[in-house]
Amino acid sequence: MKKIIKYVFIDILRNKIVLAYTILLLLLSLSIFNLEDNSAKGLLSLLNIVLIIVPLVSILFASIYVYNSAEFLELLVSQPLKRNSIWLSIFIGLACSLTLAFFVGVGIPVLLYELSATGITMLLVGVLLTVIFVAIAMLATVNTRDKAKGIGVAVLLWLYFSILFDGLVLFLLFQFADYPLEKAMIGISALNPIDLSRILVLLKMDVSALMGYTGAVFKDFFGTTVGLVIAILVLLFWSIIPVWFSVRKFNRKDL
Amino acid sequence: MIIANNINKQFGKLKALNNVSVTCNRGECIGLIGPNGCGKTTLIKSILGMVVCNSGFITFNGKNILHQWQYRSAIGYMPQTGRYPESMTIGQVLEMMKDIRQKKDTHLDEELVNKFELKGLLDKRMRTLSGGTMQKVSAALAFLFNPDVLILDEPTAGLDPVSAEILKEKIIAEKAKGKLILITSHILSELDELVTQVIYMQDGQLIFHKSIDDLRADTGQEKLSKAIASVMLNNR
Amino acid sequence: MKTVFIILCCWCTQANAHVIKVGNKQTIKTITAAVAAAKIGDTILVDRGIYKEKNLVIDKQLVLKGINHPVLDGEKKYEIISIKSDRVTIDGFLLQHTGVSSMIDFAAIKIYNKHYATIINNIINDAFFGIYSQQGINCLIQNNTLTANATEEQQSGNGIHCWKSDSMRIIGNTISGHRDGIYFEFVTNSVIWRNNSFKNLRYGLHFMFSNDDAYITNVFENNGAGVAVMFSHGVKMFNNYFKENWGDAAYGLLLKEINDSYIENNRFENNTMAIYAEGANRIHMQKNVFKSNGWALKIQASCMDITLQQNNFIGNTFDVGTNGSLVMNTFNNNYWDKYEGYDLNHDNNGDVPYRPVSMYSMIIEKNPPAMILFHSLITTLMDKSEKVIPSLTPENLKDEHPLMKSIPL
Repeated sequence: MKKIIKYVFIDILRNKIVLAYTILLLLLSLSIFNLEDNSAKGLLSLLNIVLIIVPLVSILFASIYVYNSAEFLELLVSQPLKRNSIWLSIFIGLACSLTLAFFVGVGIPVLLYELSATGITMLLVGVLLTVIFVAIAMLATVNTRDKAKGIGVAVLLWLYFSILFDGLVLFLLFQFADYPLEKAMIGISALNPIDLSRILVLLKMDVSALMGYTGAVFKDFFGTTVGLVIAILVLLFWSIIPVWFSVRKFNRKDL
Repeated sequence: MIIANNINKQFGKLKALNNVSVTCNRGECIGLIGPNGCGKTTLIKSILGMVVCNSGFITFNGKNILHQWQYRSAIGYMPQTGRYPESMTIGQVLEMMKDIRQKKDTHLDEELVNKFELKGLLDKRMRTLSGGTMQKVSAALAFLFNPDVLILDEPTAGLDPVSAEILKEKIIAEKAKGKLILITSHILSELDELVTQVIYMQDGQLIFHKSIDDLRADTGQEKLSKAIASVMLNNR
Repeated sequence: MKTVFIILCCWCTQANAHVIKVGNKQTIKTITAAVAAAKIGDTILVDRGIYKEKNLVIDKQLVLKGINHPVLDGEKKYEIISIKSDRVTIDGFLLQHTGVSSMIDFAAIKIYNKHYATIINNIINDAFFGIYSQQGINCLIQNNTLTANATEEQQSGNGIHCWKSDSMRIIGNTISGHRDGIYFEFVTNSVIWRNNSFKNLRYGLHFMFSNDDAYITNVFENNGAGVAVMFSHGVKMFNNYFKENWGDAAYGLLLKEINDSYIENNRFENNTMAIYAEGANRIHMQKNVFKSNGWALKIQASCMDITLQQNNFIGNTFDVGTNGSLVMNTFNNNYWDKYEGYDLNHDNNGDVPYRPVSMYSMIIEKNPPAMILFHSLITTLMDKSEKVIPSLTPENLKDEHPLMKSIPL
């Protein structure tokens, strides 16, 4: 397994897209920190980027990579290797290399300019989001044989988690405006890793004061160690469950 | 050595394998023959575990291969069209396969690598290779780890006559060592000198599995191609 | 000019007065004794030292002057100085440890229904109430430094507390750690000038039922809930600096039931809500700077005839929030950094109106739990599309002539 991870990892690192992604993140974060006179504010601008670009690039790159590795997969499957370990190696290789790219692109500037609890929380959720969206891409690709269709599905999934889900939440909020929904919202935020990450980071920032009563309810929950641990567990679940399903599917897949 | 028992495989509506049972033993060289789309490649892929059967089972040395993977270290597989990571060079592919498959006690059989003169092409990227060179790489890989079983899917397709001859000689040499060899081919004439047994398939069904001597006796034809042709005519 | 005149007056009255010295090395050891011995118009000079006078009552016109800030200690039991005569001056003392009670408003210095008290250059530490004017008239409270360490609203008093007073001058004081820095209730015709009020538990300045007052060039920083001005009219707020009043329920300036007032040349920076206005009518807001606030303005629908012109809005999360669709306030000629319009005739006025209320701010006004979508992609997209086709935001809440460049303020 280690050997396959090694090959996937090296193969991805040679890929120019990952390099471009790293440089893009690096340029964005450096310019944000240099333009904003207040680095806490820079972190807020950076958060928006992390929440949009990281999932998009992770899901797109991972699904395209898996499709382009069809030959590689076919070759490996005919060899004396466990299917589990082949698929997991690809996942780990992708997750590690994209995490590395994120860490170089965003992590280093954050550590340089804004080494605070907020900054570290943001790095943590950025890494988790990278892994989660690679995992979702693995699940999407294993279920769709056609490359164009699969990439379409990946984009749709990103769209769903970035926008459509929030649209649904807004719709629900107005439908059930007569009920106290603040507490329910904690549960609902667990259904979308992007929302959960955003809230976790926002609560660590000064701007959480603008969130009023809702923010206070969230702070009561996520401010405690138990709440924080639950949030991190939920995010870990979000990365493990899709991979687990995709492994099961891959084990029965015909190549 | 390899026993397939009533295996069925369906791709959507297409029945690729319909209740197929075969037994392949050590020292045999089996020609897998049939018209296009008759299920030859599916059968091979089932044996390799790349395709999972809907029903029935396959054993390798007496063990069910379902969810197994170690048994594949005894198989060398040459696919119909070799597909490799495009950005890797021949050298890297060879190194990677060695890295993955080589155990301490296996000695490498680099005869084909040398004879196909792949050593001079080690820096070539896979995407730049011609179909023939790709086949050479596939063949070299199949034999590289000195496996007990060789599964060759259309081995000579795309090879130039000289290379095809080298490969054939290699197959004969391995057969002599008592290995099990499974070959599919459309070019029946080249199977004449290789195979000891013939499996004939049509529409996913196994029509017959005979030794080549029996086949010749039954049909009265010396040449394999003629023999098969007469079987096909009789079948109609 | 006024100050100078008053000081001159005091000087004249003191010209034929005696000086009584109090101190360890003097014949009179306690201030109480000195006050008892003094005649109207005398000056009592107090040497350096610690004086525990229990409650010192000044019942005649005297000047009490401390040399190098002698300490008056209330032993956490007493009101330290009670002014019960007109024209008393308390100058240069350090007052500390007043009593604390939920029944009596103990103060370091308390004025009881008297005129012309002058309280200057004192340091007041750990007082329940700092300087308390109960129906004081024409008093001067200047250059005092008040520091307390209040932790609970219920058990703390205000820094400078004026009740039913008139013509007060509160100048150049520094107040921190009290419940309210400066508290005005039923105070009229007074001026609050050049004070610095910070880190107070509740409000930096708390203003109720006080008409025709002005507060000018003060700094209100990092107070629990900012500054509150309520139930008053004729208030002038000029050149003040409201900053870092940040928290769940903090305001730079809270206006409630305020009429006919002027808010000009103030600076609001880093406040959760720079100005929150409820039931405010006929208010002029001009040449203020709103920078880096959560909300620059929250104007409830109960407000009428607020005019906002020539203000700078820079880097606020939300420029204007409101809870109704009916808007009877006027926005004109302000600079908004979020304005994306153009100026074809180069008259420095944008050619298309600016709508300072974003769609998302309307949504959270109607449905506060929607705050969980704060900083999400969908709200950004909604705001952008609302800019192109307004549907939810109030039709007439707009700046018809937004400025292209910020006003140098």
